Amino acid sequence: MAEERIIIAGFGGQGILMIGKLLAQAGMLEGKHVTWLPSYGPEMRGGTANCHVIISDAPIGAPMVTEATGVIAMNLPSLDRFEGSVQPGGWLLLNSSLIPRVPARSDLRILPVPVNEIAQQQGSQRVANVVMLGACLALSRLVQRASIVAAIEEVLGHGKQHLLAINLNALEAGLAFASPVPV
Amino acid sequence: MARKLMKGNEVIAAAAINAGCRYFFGYPITPQNEIPEYMARELPKVGGVYVQAESEVAAINMVYGAAGAGARVLTSSSSPGISLMQEGISYIAGAELPCVLVNIMRAGPGLGGVQPSQADYFQATKGGGHGDYHVLVLAPANLQEAADLTQSAFDLADRYRNPVMVLADGMIGQLMEPVELLPARPAVDLPPKDWATTGTATSGGRRRVINSLYLYPDQLEQHVHALYAKYAAMEHAEVRYELHQCDDAEVVIVAYGTTSRIARSAIEKCRRLGLRVGLLRPITLYPFPFAAFEQVIARTQAFLVVEMSMGQMLDDVKIAVAGRKPISFYGRTGGIVPTPEEVVKQVQALLGGGP
Repeated sequence: MAEERIIIAGFGGQGILMIGKLLAQAGMLEGKHVTWLPSYGPEMRGGTANCHVIISDAPIGAPMVTEATGVIAMNLPSLDRFEGSVQPGGWLLLNSSLIPRVPARSDLRILPVPVNEIAQQQGSQRVANVVMLGACLALSRLVQRASIVAAIEEVLGHGKQHLLAINLNALEAGLAFASPVPV
Repeated sequence: MARKLMKGNEVIAAAAINAGCRYFFGYPITPQNEIPEYMARELPKVGGVYVQAESEVAAINMVYGAAGAGARVLTSSSSPGISLMQEGISYIAGAELPCVLVNIMRAGPGLGGVQPSQADYFQATKGGGHGDYHVLVLAPANLQEAADLTQSAFDLADRYRNPVMVLADGMIGQLMEPVELLPARPAVDLPPKDWATTGTATSGGRRRVINSLYLYPDQLEQHVHALYAKYAAMEHAEVRYELHQCDDAEVVIVAYGTTSRIARSAIEKCRRLGLRVGLLRPITLYPFPFAAFEQVIARTQAFLVVEMSMGQMLDDVKIAVAGRKPISFYGRTGGIVPTPEEVVKQVQALLGGGP
């Protein structure tokens, strides 16, 4: 892996920024160079959120992603906006619980994931983002599973240890859904 | 200390506390709100004081007071708020007091927008307020540097008895990167604050006065000359810059802070296309690294200045180059961050190569 440039996008409240933070944290734990850049401007006031994550073997220049190696779209406006941002051969994960259409691109590895339903099976829709993170790991091999587990433990901290089990279960469910990976 | 994934604004706040800052006065404004948020939460834990003032004008005058008492003090704001503080900054510079100011720039003029910008370069480096004075301006390009420069800023302020500004933008403020914070450390070889108004009990019964009023022109001229002797010392000892891939560069990009990161990505792309491009990155904006240009000017065919403004640092580059080589400018404004691809196109136009 030289440099992975990922855009994660969806509604505010879907845990978009957290997916990015966990990926960046896991990358850092593996000794990689990482950046995490959130949207913070007027677009957030329209209810959408996105963040740009770069995980690299080399020091990172521009922290905004212009030619993405992968995109996670958690709702339809995000797919509409970022489908064209993935470079050929990259990957595209979409939340098929909320996105009714299939992507137009044929030069990408594409995986629709019904994250809301899978999360509900784990006990709460609120871990839908971690389901997607699991699917992302299976499809992209961005970081090691163990690094993500460590990142989740770190981010939850002492105060939210009671949420650890459901998050780890959601991660496993996402991994299981996406693996073996269709190419 | 282990590396920690932190947001730029938090890094600056944490580094300030590590540097011994115990007083913060400010007023909220996007995109720097994590600085006052962090200070409000963390300063009381170390015996410090956080005050959210009624305005930026009040905040900078609280800074003036705390600095006069010899405390390590910080304020932070973003462009419109920094404009409101200019009167106070001029007074603090005139009264020769140390303090640290943070400007996480957003797009102007006026209330403008909340997205990243570098259009406060003139204000930061050429005065900002009234009168003959300068603040020392540090421009970090990544979060480790933001931590290190913020800690240094307090030492520099104390050494020169002058305001020091950390100048960044919304992108650096909002960005997360791994950072290793230096442990809290005592300031080294700094002059004693024998001018601070700490009460006659601690000043041998002698009254100390802090003021910027000099009604007799000969005294005021003498005072300004003394200030300028100090600035000359800064220009001699404190210039910082980085040269990146300049050894064989036909085009040297000049950029600081966020745009220097974009330039770095553009340079990588250019090099893959066989274009010999380098970066000259000022780290101190005042004092500006004029002499650094002498290291590259013989080999370079042209300079390309990239800023998130309509061209402000460009003027200093013109002074440095003094007509000896052509200078191009590429700027985006209004809160738009240029992409590496846009910068590559500018380089291609200069060198006449590539697709």
